Amino acid sequence: MSAGHATLLHRPGGSPVHLAAPEVKIVAAFLTVLCVVATPRHVFWAFGGYLLLLFGVSAVAGVPARWVAKRLLIEVPFVVLALLLPFTAGGEQVAVLGLPLSVEGLLAGWNILAKGTLGLATSLLLAATTAPNDLLLGMQRLRTPQLIITISSLMLRYVELIVAEAGRMRIARISRGHDPRFLWQAGATARSVGSLFIRSYERGERVHLAMLARGWTGTMPEAQRRRPAPAWSRTRTWLLGLSPVGTSAVLLGVALWTA
Amino acid sequence: MSTTTVALHMSDGLLNAPTSLLFGAVAIIGVGVALTRARSDLDDRAAPMAGLVAAFVFAAQMINFPVLPGVSGHLLGGALAAILAGPWVGALCVSIVLVVQAFLFADGGLTMLGANITNMALIGTALGYLVALAMRPIAARGRSGLMATAFVAGFVNTVAASLGFVLEYAIGGAAGYSVVTAALAMVGVHSLIGLGEGIITALTVGAVAGARPDLIHLLRRRRPLADDAAGEATMEGTS
Repeated sequence: MSAGHATLLHRPGGSPVHLAAPEVKIVAAFLTVLCVVATPRHVFWAFGGYLLLLFGVSAVAGVPARWVAKRLLIEVPFVVLALLLPFTAGGEQVAVLGLPLSVEGLLAGWNILAKGTLGLATSLLLAATTAPNDLLLGMQRLRTPQLIITISSLMLRYVELIVAEAGRMRIARISRGHDPRFLWQAGATARSVGSLFIRSYERGERVHLAMLARGWTGTMPEAQRRRPAPAWSRTRTWLLGLSPVGTSAVLLGVALWTA
Repeated sequence: MSTTTVALHMSDGLLNAPTSLLFGAVAIIGVGVALTRARSDLDDRAAPMAGLVAAFVFAAQMINFPVLPGVSGHLLGGALAAILAGPWVGALCVSIVLVVQAFLFADGGLTMLGANITNMALIGTALGYLVALAMRPIAARGRSGLMATAFVAGFVNTVAASLGFVLEYAIGGAAGYSVVTAALAMVGVHSLIGLGEGIITALTVGAVAGARPDLIHLLRRRRPLADDAAGEATMEGTS
């Protein structure tokens, strides 16, 4: 699961969602999830509304719902936890198919399940439509401190470096007759973790010096193709990009009103 | 996908909205303080170290070690980052890893980011570093002392981070189980994860001490703490 992880979630494309400015998408994703979490858990229809909204965005973005659903499986540990709650929580009981279940536990499990799934689907859509470098660019345009941009861009570069270095070390072990299996492979990896760090650091040091020699300053260079947009167009971008947030805010408002 | 998300990463909806916002504010203040203090720590030469520590923590979080049936844990890396890059840069590195995980890999809820950063990047790193600082006389004695220090710091880092979760859950937990259940489960599992964390921290720091002792932040300045400001000023001058 390690190799190629860094670009695993990004699905290049040319949809309006792909082309939207990254800073708009970051803000939109964050605010949408905030709306979802603030929704009272017993207003069930509101969660259906959020789900429809996400379906809409994924349709516009050309991200198949199946692709999202498959990656939602990362959530399984939480689902298991949530499924246990109706049996373990106390309070008022209700019989479902002959099983006595706790009302409080059912609601709490539903709460984790619904909000976790919607939040995860939102970040998946963001990651699927935005390249890692564009996310950094978006963070930079949102006035993220320079130090954080510098460390993050180096980090994204070095992740690939470390994964490649680990792959080389693994091939070296196998070619010396090492026969890794399930847990024993983990043991060998743990033992060589120190040398992996040193090897990566020394390679990374060379990469960094080469970057400095080519004039790297620590900021993300703005792409040439993107000329500074006029103010009206920027306002339009933000309004369009934040329209899903507007929809979620309306849903949240009605949910709070009727709760 | 394996069960990486179990270890401390909280999903959306686990805490209620006011608590999420409260710990969001705590995280922003903590990261802000770390930013102002890290600036003097991070010259041109230390920047790649910070990037590499962050990348390493990121990659190491992909390595899972099984703890219980169905539950696997991963390295948090706070103590490692603090020992190798200093507490301020270390806290920043772990925070960045968590932010990138939340946005790029959808690991840990977006609204839980504040709580996740508070636990793993602030509480874990701070306590791990304090332990390492207290054990610095032992660490300075030799490589085995340093590795013992790294082990204890790694263990404390993990357990402290899980206690942070218990605190947050006690303030505004939105799931149906009691605080005591959460505390027992979290601290129990994370004592085991902490052993793994301690071992990997010790192995990594040990290897770095063997090959490049100049890279270990904890051992870089053996003067009393009062001199730290002066030491940082001279470090900045070398860039």
